[in-house]
Amino acid sequence: MSDLLTEPRPAAAPSMDNYLTHARGFWSWALTLDHKRIGVMYLVSIVASFFLGGLFAELIRTELIGPGRTIMGKDMYNQVFTLHGAVMVFLFIIPGIPAALGNFVLPIMLGAKDVAFPRLNLASYYLWIVGAVFFVFVLVLGGLDTGWTFYTPYSTTTDTRVVLAVTGAFILGFSSIFTGLNFIATIHMLRPPGMTWFRLPLFLWALYATALIQVLATPVLGITLFLVGVERLLGLGIFDPKLGGDPVLFQHFFWFYSHPAVYIMILPGMGIISEVISVFSRKHIFGYKFIAISSIAIALLGFLVWGHHMFTSGQSKLASVIFSALTFSVSIPSAIKVFNWLATMYKGSIALLTPMLYALTFIFLFGIGGLTGLFLGALATDVHLHDTYFIVAHFHYVMVGGTLSAFLAGIHYWWPKITGRMYSEFWGRIGALMVFVGFNLTFFPQFALGSRGMPRRYYDYGEMLGEHPEFYGYHFLSTLGSYLLGIALFLVMIYLIASLFNGHRAVANPWGGATLEWQCSSPPPHDNFPVQPHVGDPYAVRNFQYDPDVGGYVRVAQTAKPEHPLHPSAH
Amino acid sequence: MHDLILFAQSRGGYWLPPPDSSTAGDVDRVFYFILGVASFFFVLIVALMCLFVILYRRRPGVEAPGSASHNNLLEITWTIIPVILVVIMFYMGFTTYLDIRTSPRQAYDIRVVGQKWSWVFSYPNGHVAPELHVPVDRPVRLTMTSEDVIHSLFIPAFRVKMDLVPGRYTTTWFHPLRAGTYDLYCTEYCGTGHSDMLSKVVVHKPGEFETWLEQAANLLASMTPVEAGAELTRRNGCLTCHSTDGTAKVGPSFKGIYGQRHTFTNGTSAEVDDNYIRQSILEPMALIRQGYQPAMPTYKGRLKDQEITAIIEYIESLK
Repeated sequence: MSDLLTEPRPAAAPSMDNYLTHARGFWSWALTLDHKRIGVMYLVSIVASFFLGGLFAELIRTELIGPGRTIMGKDMYNQVFTLHGAVMVFLFIIPGIPAALGNFVLPIMLGAKDVAFPRLNLASYYLWIVGAVFFVFVLVLGGLDTGWTFYTPYSTTTDTRVVLAVTGAFILGFSSIFTGLNFIATIHMLRPPGMTWFRLPLFLWALYATALIQVLATPVLGITLFLVGVERLLGLGIFDPKLGGDPVLFQHFFWFYSHPAVYIMILPGMGIISEVISVFSRKHIFGYKFIAISSIAIALLGFLVWGHHMFTSGQSKLASVIFSALTFSVSIPSAIKVFNWLATMYKGSIALLTPMLYALTFIFLFGIGGLTGLFLGALATDVHLHDTYFIVAHFHYVMVGGTLSAFLAGIHYWWPKITGRMYSEFWGRIGALMVFVGFNLTFFPQFALGSRGMPRRYYDYGEMLGEHPEFYGYHFLSTLGSYLLGIALFLVMIYLIASLFNGHRAVANPWGGATLEWQCSSPPPHDNFPVQPHVGDPYAVRNFQYDPDVGGYVRVAQTAKPEHPLHPSAH
Repeated sequence: MHDLILFAQSRGGYWLPPPDSSTAGDVDRVFYFILGVASFFFVLIVALMCLFVILYRRRPGVEAPGSASHNNLLEITWTIIPVILVVIMFYMGFTTYLDIRTSPRQAYDIRVVGQKWSWVFSYPNGHVAPELHVPVDRPVRLTMTSEDVIHSLFIPAFRVKMDLVPGRYTTTWFHPLRAGTYDLYCTEYCGTGHSDMLSKVVVHKPGEFETWLEQAANLLASMTPVEAGAELTRRNGCLTCHSTDGTAKVGPSFKGIYGQRHTFTNGTSAEVDDNYIRQSILEPMALIRQGYQPAMPTYKGRLKDQEITAIIEYIESLK
């Protein structure tokens, strides 16, 4: 590996005007309409939520390190796992990549000055803050013990703060809808000349597919949670059978949103991986159209599979059979993407820098997460595995192994662009290795725990050790892994923050990306591009060569043979 | 850390407990087929990934050899092969599922009620018990509902699971192959005592089930009222929430409670006597003792008068 790659030489001081220096003071941030500043505010906020949710996770694992009471009682445990799920899902994973990284990168990748509706964008951020404040109230004012799924009639009868929590989730839903609307409008209306649909970077295809789900599915969650609130406050019988309602109806409504929401969580991550694999392999992405179309296919098929959460709920056999068949159909586009990424690496020039390490981690972990989904799509095996630790392991491999790895890949990939600084590559690689080991140690034992019969959401397993002595060892390993994972993520946060103070200044294009965000300076100027950027094939990475004088990649004359049949842009 | 290797000594394969019902073997066949396919593809993906990282690692001054950026034949191939494999998985899962969900007509019927946080199994002769007793080698059908929130009945050894939904009946069935005792868990989160909602399936040897059922049903005739009361509090799930040794659980302990004076959440107070206990069993929401949650289900229509009397005498005996 070239030293030039790992330790880029200091570049010239950034141009006087960038989005960070454009205006100063608290209000210049609080009332900003700049998508980049809103993206940064989102990033700080969701990372704070992530560490809160992570703290809850460590408390859960500490309680489960051995049988019996370890650090808390049953009711406290139930609240902790509920808040872990609710904070991670509603405050971190769903907004994580689209609202933080997407907000920052989308207009620049597109070649636009901002999103279509900057004020709506700021409103979306403040709705997120209001929703988060509701969750903090829930935490302070007596907690929540329904699980993040709010299943009725438990949620309509428990005496914890359900109404506050569903109001918070309702508001967060609108935040998500606003972001989705904005992204759809931006991609349709603000593409510069030359930016045709099939020149959109795959991250934008992924964000577009995500936005479709956000706009179409989130209102259903809003209505459902509203009905839960109405039932609790007014005693209207919608879900509670004591009032004449149907508790299974809630599950249909809830999963009609929450299954597509799984794709809100994973699709943007897949988009990041497509960018990173191509750039760090110095290869044109393989099968661009298949990947782009598969994003849309996942988004649409994702709407038709919600019933696979309910194979043991008492829904009819016929419904279960249809949902099982549709569920398998979603696995195909995901498989296509993985094969395309591998084909992109084939005969590339692969640099194992931190973003690429996270991308490879993604393929490994999402591979396990996706393939274990096959056990759950198949009806007979799902009956045995449903609501056990097998499910817990499966969705953590998808959401943490998948989405969190992609988020970390994206953070490291765009960190020079966002902050104008380079982080320590050495600590970056150490961190990536620790995340990989810690994650697998935490969650792999949970597969065996679940398939051998351990139910999820259990406070204790002491009484089960008679028939299943092995549960103790698996839980113990899992807890050790969670500590390693926690330490690794702290390490990542520390060296990233340190880079703000002592990192080398970043050049415009440190990795050799061909997408438009690498054509503006790092950090970008307030208006993104001083002149209309040159729009070309987003994966013509060979048109950018390393220039030792600059310390980064620069566009070379298009003498190299074109890598892709697309013509250069008619600028 | 001998606990870490204990799993090596436990029964069954690495992934699944021993299959002890007539359909469990079929479920395991689907499981291991998917495991085989998934393992093959996972190893393939990771092996290619590692191979490419080594073969095509970046070298200073050397540009990537490069290859085509798309190939329709290749892409269609790796679309079609997974499609065929998942169709097989779907079909195997589907046919076995129909077997799991379709109970034979001559099955032995047991009714199940789930409540926070215990199980009530009712047998055709009217007997109720907190454990599920069944004869070996005969199909058993469970018709289930819930008193309060959703619960789910899970017997890992039989590979069956079904939710108990308040306000409707759900059914499941199994055909146990071997006599023995098996774990039964609640797998739908139901609140404070969710992880205490454990029970056992006792599969009786041929001929012994009928004997057990007859003796068990005849509780009051064969025992003193105090003994019968003790057995009844165990069978009806009372002891999940009420201890007999003075420790407060979800509800107050039975020990020494008789004759105490309690203050209620509505401000009134009363002495714990026969009538108070009777009311607490039949209308548990009427008076809630201060410091406790209104969590108890009603036993109206589920306990006979004589049984309630026996329980009262038992509680009175716990000084």
